[in-house]
Amino acid sequence: MIRHASPFAPVHARSAFVGRVDPRLRIVAAVALSVLVALADRFAVLGSALAVSVLGLALSGLPWRVVLRRLLPLNAVMLLLLLVLPLTSGGTPWGRLGPLEFSWEGLWLGVAIALKGNAIVLVLLALLGSVDATTLGHALSHLRVPDKLTHLLLFTVRYLDVLHREYLRLRAAMKVRGFRPRMNRHTYRTFGYLVGMLLVRSFDRSERIAAAMKCRGFRGRFYMLDHFVFSRRDVPFGLTSLAVLLVLALMEWT
Amino acid sequence: MHIIEGIMAGTVHGREILAVGMAATAAGTALGLYKMDHERIPQVGVLSSAFFVASLIHVPLGPTSEHLVLGGLMGLVLGWAAFPAILVALLLQAVFFSFGGLTTLGLNTLIMALPAVCCHYLFRRAACSHREPVVFAAGFAAGATAIALAGLLNAAALVAAGESFRELGPLVLLCHPPIALVEGLITGSVVVLLRKVRPEVLEAPLLVPAAKEVLHG
Repeated sequence: MIRHASPFAPVHARSAFVGRVDPRLRIVAAVALSVLVALADRFAVLGSALAVSVLGLALSGLPWRVVLRRLLPLNAVMLLLLLVLPLTSGGTPWGRLGPLEFSWEGLWLGVAIALKGNAIVLVLLALLGSVDATTLGHALSHLRVPDKLTHLLLFTVRYLDVLHREYLRLRAAMKVRGFRPRMNRHTYRTFGYLVGMLLVRSFDRSERIAAAMKCRGFRGRFYMLDHFVFSRRDVPFGLTSLAVLLVLALMEWT
Repeated sequence: MHIIEGIMAGTVHGREILAVGMAATAAGTALGLYKMDHERIPQVGVLSSAFFVASLIHVPLGPTSEHLVLGGLMGLVLGWAAFPAILVALLLQAVFFSFGGLTTLGLNTLIMALPAVCCHYLFRRAACSHREPVVFAAGFAAGATAIALAGLLNAAALVAAGESFRELGPLVLLCHPPIALVEGLITGSVVVLLRKVRPEVLEAPLLVPAAKEVLHG
C-alpha cells in the first residue's frame, strides 16, 4: 500500500469566521477586491488593500506556515523584479553602481507590483483558501457560470486525487524496476510513456464513468446538493467587504 | 510561461492587456464549451484531471528540473476544449497552490490555450499518419511549438506592457528553447504510445507496431 497524502486537499483552517460565510459572497468579494487592486495606482490604496487581505487571512484561521510557504515563490520573483526594474526603467536616478543607474521610477513600479501581486494572491487565499473544490464548483454554478464549465471543474476535481494515486502507482512500478531520471533520451521516452499510460487509464476510466452515467439517465445536468442560503451570519462580512471596497475606491478616485 | 500576478497590473498598457486576455479567454472558452457536447464532459473532465496530475511531474533538465506543461498534447487530444480545461486547471492551481491570482487568470489561460489550439490545427493530420517517425515528429512539433508560442505570447505581453519590461521579454524567451525541446521529446513519445495502445484518445487509427518491436526501446 502506498502512503498517500493528497496534495489537493484544502488547507485546514483553525478558526472559521471566513469559512462560515456563504461561498458565493466570498467569491464575489475576492473578484471585486482583486480587480480594484489591479486598477489602483496610489500607494495608500495598495498598502491598505494588502493590510485588509492580511487581516482577512488572520480571520480565516489558515496556518501562517502554509501561507508563508505559498507566498515564497511569488516573492522570490518580486525580489528579482525589485532589483531589475530600477535598472530598466530610466528616470531620476537615486544611486549608481559603476555604469548601472538605479531609478526612482523603477523602484516605485517594483514596489507597486509587489504590493499588488501579494494583495491579490492573499485575498484569494484568505477568502477561498479553505473552501473545498466541490463547494467552489457548486458556488460557481449558483453564480451563473455556464453549466458545462462547472461540470468540467467538478469532474476535474473529482478525479485529481484518483489519478494522482494512479500516477504514484506507476511511479512506484518504475522505481521498483530501477528507473532513475537522468538527462537522456531514455528518461524522456520513459516519462512520455508514463504520461501516455496515465492518459490511457484516464480515458478508459472516463468511458466507464460515461457509461455508468448514461445508465442512470444523465442528461447533461447535475443536481446540486449544496444550496447556499444567504443568512444573517453573512451580513457582517458582506457589509464589511462593501465598506472596504467603497473606502478603497474613494481613496483611489477622489 | 506563467505571467506572475501583479506585474501586468503595474502599468496602464498592462491592464489593457489583462482585459484583452480575459475577453479572449472568455471567447475561446465559450467556443470550447459550445463544441463539447454533454456526452464528452466526463471524458474531457477526466483527461484534464490527468493533464493536471501530469503537470506535477518534474523531469530533469540540466542542473535543475522542469515540470511538464503538455500544452501541445492537450491541443492534439482536446482541440478547442483545451480552453475550458486549461482555465479550470489554472483556477484550481490558484486556489490550491496560490500560483497566480484572479486577475491574471484570463491572460495566462490565453497564453497556454491559444498555442494548444494552434497545434491542434497544425499537427493533427500528421499525428494520424500511418508511419511511426511521422507520428513522433508530429508529437515533437506539437509539444515544442506549444511551448515556443506560449513563450512568444508571454514575452510579447511583457514587452507591450511598458518600457520597463522591454528587457524582460527577451529574457523570458531565452529560457524557453530547452523546455520546448524536452516537451517535444516527451510529447512525441506520448503520441506514439497513444497511437499504439489507445488510438481512440486521439480519434485516430491504430498504429500497427513494427514486427519484433519492444515498446520500451
